[in-house]
Amino acid sequence: MSAPVLKLVAQRIAMGLLLLLAVSVLIFAGTQILPGDVAQSILGQSATPQALENLRRDMGLNDPAYIRYLRWLGGILTGDLGTALSSGQDIATSLKERLWNTLFLAFWAAVVSIPLAIMLGLLAVRYRNGFVDKLISGLGLASTSLPEFFTGYLLIYFVAVRLQWFPSVSTVYEGMPLGERLSAIALPVTVLTLVVLAHMMRMTRAAILNVMQSAYIETAELKGLSPLQIITRHAFPNAIAPIVNVVMLNLAFLVVGVVVVEVIFVYPGMGQYLVDHVAKRDVPVVQACGLVFAAVYISLNIIADIVAIVSNPRLRHPK
Amino acid sequence: MSKELEYLSRKVARGHISRRDFLGRAAALGVTTVFANSLLSSAALAEGPVKGGTLKAGMQGGASTDSLDPATWQSQVPYKFGRQWGEQLVEIQPDGKLEPKLAEEWGSSDDAKVWTFKIRKGVQFHDGKEMTPDDVVATMERHSDANSKSGALGIMGGIENVKKDGDTVVFTLKEANADLPFLMDDYHLMIQPNGGKDKPTAGIGTGPYKVVTDQPGVRHIGEKFANYWNGDKRGHADQIEIIVINDATARTAALQSGQVHMINRVEPKIVDLVKRVPGVTIQNVAGKGHYVFIAHCNTAPFDNVDLRLALKYAMNREEMVQKILRGYGSVGNDFPINKAYPLFSDDIEQRTYDPDKAAFHFKKSGHDGTVLLRTSDVAFPGAVDAAQLYQQSAAKAGIKIEVKREPGDGYWSEVWNKQPFSESYWGGRPTQDQMYSTAYYSKADWNDTRFFNPKFDQMLITARGELDEGKRKQMYRDMAIIVRDEGGVIVPMFNDFIDATSAKVGGWVPDGNQEMSGGYALSRCWLNA
Repeated sequence: MSAPVLKLVAQRIAMGLLLLLAVSVLIFAGTQILPGDVAQSILGQSATPQALENLRRDMGLNDPAYIRYLRWLGGILTGDLGTALSSGQDIATSLKERLWNTLFLAFWAAVVSIPLAIMLGLLAVRYRNGFVDKLISGLGLASTSLPEFFTGYLLIYFVAVRLQWFPSVSTVYEGMPLGERLSAIALPVTVLTLVVLAHMMRMTRAAILNVMQSAYIETAELKGLSPLQIITRHAFPNAIAPIVNVVMLNLAFLVVGVVVVEVIFVYPGMGQYLVDHVAKRDVPVVQACGLVFAAVYISLNIIADIVAIVSNPRLRHPK
Repeated sequence: MSKELEYLSRKVARGHISRRDFLGRAAALGVTTVFANSLLSSAALAEGPVKGGTLKAGMQGGASTDSLDPATWQSQVPYKFGRQWGEQLVEIQPDGKLEPKLAEEWGSSDDAKVWTFKIRKGVQFHDGKEMTPDDVVATMERHSDANSKSGALGIMGGIENVKKDGDTVVFTLKEANADLPFLMDDYHLMIQPNGGKDKPTAGIGTGPYKVVTDQPGVRHIGEKFANYWNGDKRGHADQIEIIVINDATARTAALQSGQVHMINRVEPKIVDLVKRVPGVTIQNVAGKGHYVFIAHCNTAPFDNVDLRLALKYAMNREEMVQKILRGYGSVGNDFPINKAYPLFSDDIEQRTYDPDKAAFHFKKSGHDGTVLLRTSDVAFPGAVDAAQLYQQSAAKAGIKIEVKREPGDGYWSEVWNKQPFSESYWGGRPTQDQMYSTAYYSKADWNDTRFFNPKFDQMLITARGELDEGKRKQMYRDMAIIVRDEGGVIVPMFNDFIDATSAKVGGWVPDGNQEMSGGYALSRCWLNA
């Protein structure tokens, strides 16, 4: 890689870190604005002013906000996310397991949906405006338009209850054999695939069609290449940047936006974990989850940017 | 009962003919499925339990914030799991009577102020130590300590001290309490080694199952405890598992597809559908739980007794039971007690929907304008619909109710027990005294109707110390009438507990003390061979 590319990549990463820092300030400020503080949530109904005062002093809640923020940030940087107020468990430990589950589900959903979406997108371009194109687009849009819980319940009813092919309860746990794990997540992965497929597929189609207007495509056609060769060899590589962008956007959704699917299939991921703790006003956990989600979002976007930079021949081969 | 049916049911219990065949033959004999099923379960009970297997329950009411520390328990899953791995001194039976558990016997002084429990010998904790009276004392100490924030703190408040005396533990009370043994059934008060003081979340008790996996909000697994003292009666499966399934549809699907053997909280509106699923039995039992509309007796306009009466007469109870509970429940009578309680008087006149009386009292109250009722999905299942039904029945009496729907998140901290008129529910308590002490005693934290009635308080305390059951019953009758006529609570309905089991489950005992067979389903039931 040449110097300008490295410089650009380094800039992106630095920007990302800065952004994450800004998000951490926002998260901290946001939880400060909430009525009541941690001491009050711990003591709940039985709070007396004296007990509140003692607890606040013990927890250092009387310090100015910026000192508490720095303390919190310091803890995170050293891997200490604190303990959950509701259960007294170490947040980092329980969060790690949940995050791992979420990433596992997102990974397999991505493994299925991304190649499928891109392939369907290429096919749609190849037969554009024909029957195949319309069929693919139509089905894709229909599956995206149906709410997740609806497709989820349909799958549960037909695949889990009637046919009994896959379980409807996707509880996974540590030490579960991979085969069982995959069978357990088959249904949620299907639902997630249906949800994200159309977006990526349509974007692939649009990006490639855009490139197809270029003069070099005409040249390739005149050379006598087959339509599929033109698309895969000449059009697709030049359309990678926008495609990667939309893929990353959907990946981020798979990580941070799947609470509904988790609830329906009883999947122990981050979403349910966050919602449970919001309901109990467990602020340290909510802060930690918010930060993790932000980090996932930002890093996926950095990856998209880097891929766009690296795949740009003008940056790879400067004059 | 037909001889043939009885014979057939025994054959099913022994596995000679299938359950479906049996139901077919029963139908041919003109017997309803419900009756045939109940026949089957009693035959299975008579046949005796089957040992082995993994019994699984899919349950609503668990979250990733749950803990193994009994002091923290509030929701269904940790509590029901706790009933399998821990035990209390006593256990309330389906008929409302007490049975000895970790205490062999008990008795009180004549004034019901000093209670002595003889502690069972030869009972082992899961860590191998033998349970002693010291552990009992330590458990009581832990749950009495304000710092423990135990859910049992309220009921421990009346205890002056707890001391060991040889094989017994002696409770000395601040005030007489004839119901003290009933309090010892509270699920927080499970006996733990040194009271659980060393490590509250260790999850060690004396129950039929020991904790092997505890993933809050996901699943909880117990393994049969080899040295359990009461193994003939409890703990038939080798392993039990609770899977947390908070979504109602997913829960039903898990039962249908055979991933779990029993589920709790079948919604009334789908009971009739679930009933039709082959092999599934609906287990419903009348309990002490009830849904309430609560008005603060000290806040205008509800501080006027006529307005409260108007609101009570404007409630169409029959309609509520039919439409909100789909018939799985019974009408309430504006006090929190029903026939499921010991010492209940069934001769108190039933209040009925009467728009004329409602209009009369409304006019007499002098209030004009609307009445604001706050509700939410979480207040009880169907609470928003119930508010709208109430709005309509009240409109016929000329009372305009404005329904305000509040978000479910924060309802219990911001609306219930704070706003003057809202909807809520109560799960019921083992005794009348406890129910009234929790929510109608003037000094109770959860006096959610702001009911301050010195005469009522006085009667409550007197009844608590009264050992003569006849006199107590009369006092509770008088108290019920005070709450009914002067209180701020409207009790339209008592809800049934509705659970469901698959064909594989044997030994289910209808127990109205709590859902899931009084909370003991996993250790009472077995997997049919």
